[in-house]
Amino acid sequence: MFASDVLIAQNIGFFIIAAVMVAGALRVVTTSNVVHAALWLVVVLAGAAAQYVLLAAEFVAVTQVLVYIGAVMVLFLFGTMLTRARIGAESDLNNKNWFAGLAVALTLLAAMLIALRDGFGDEKLPTDAPLVSTQMLSDQIFGPYLLPFWALSFVLLAAVIGAIVLARRD
Amino acid sequence: MLLNEFLFLGAILFCIGVYGVIVRKNAVLVLMSIELILNSVNINLLAFSLRNGTADGQTFALYVIAVAAAEVGVGLALVLLVYRNSRSISLDELSEMKG
Repeated sequence: MFASDVLIAQNIGFFIIAAVMVAGALRVVTTSNVVHAALWLVVVLAGAAAQYVLLAAEFVAVTQVLVYIGAVMVLFLFGTMLTRARIGAESDLNNKNWFAGLAVALTLLAAMLIALRDGFGDEKLPTDAPLVSTQMLSDQIFGPYLLPFWALSFVLLAAVIGAIVLARRD
Repeated sequence: MLLNEFLFLGAILFCIGVYGVIVRKNAVLVLMSIELILNSVNINLLAFSLRNGTADGQTFALYVIAVAAAEVGVGLALVLLVYRNSRSISLDELSEMKG
């Protein structure tokens, strides 16, 4: 259904990585161990980085590994450690109304898949498109998107100060 | 490769994340589900960046990653504060605002 006649190797790689990512994501939302959920999230994030490489976005892939797997994951493990003394399976991680969540998620999934199939159909990704180099990316960030970049810097500064103020013991 | 392969993957991950946000009771696990949602958005942005042959999508993806990092920092600080005040991060027990 999906496999186009060209780029067999990329298609096989895509589906293997996608299967691992979906399985990992399902484990993140179903496992009964908070630390295991964090480690399954690492699998999903690493798979996402691999997909970014398949999409010819090396710089974003490296940033994903550095920021998510390097920094955000450590934050999650620290958060788990500081809020739960117990490392192990727990029984009360889910709401009682899980079927409502399942219904919402499945409805949303069906709506999005139908919309995407109708909207893009069999459109192929270009194989000979001009690649976006890291230099072009930096020209974008420090050129037309400079103002959002500044705003983002202030957001990060506010987040750092806010996190310190919130978590400080006084 | 088809554009829809990546868009379908993004949609599936997004829905799994939504399911996690609704169903999970532990605040840290809800934050992890939000990370799943943000990653599916990034996959979409990069797919359209390759399709259009411009760097705009990659720029937005980098901004999304930065905002997600800030969000996790503040979110976990809030979770820590809630835990310190009520000795629990179960979202069902945070019902002080119920009239």
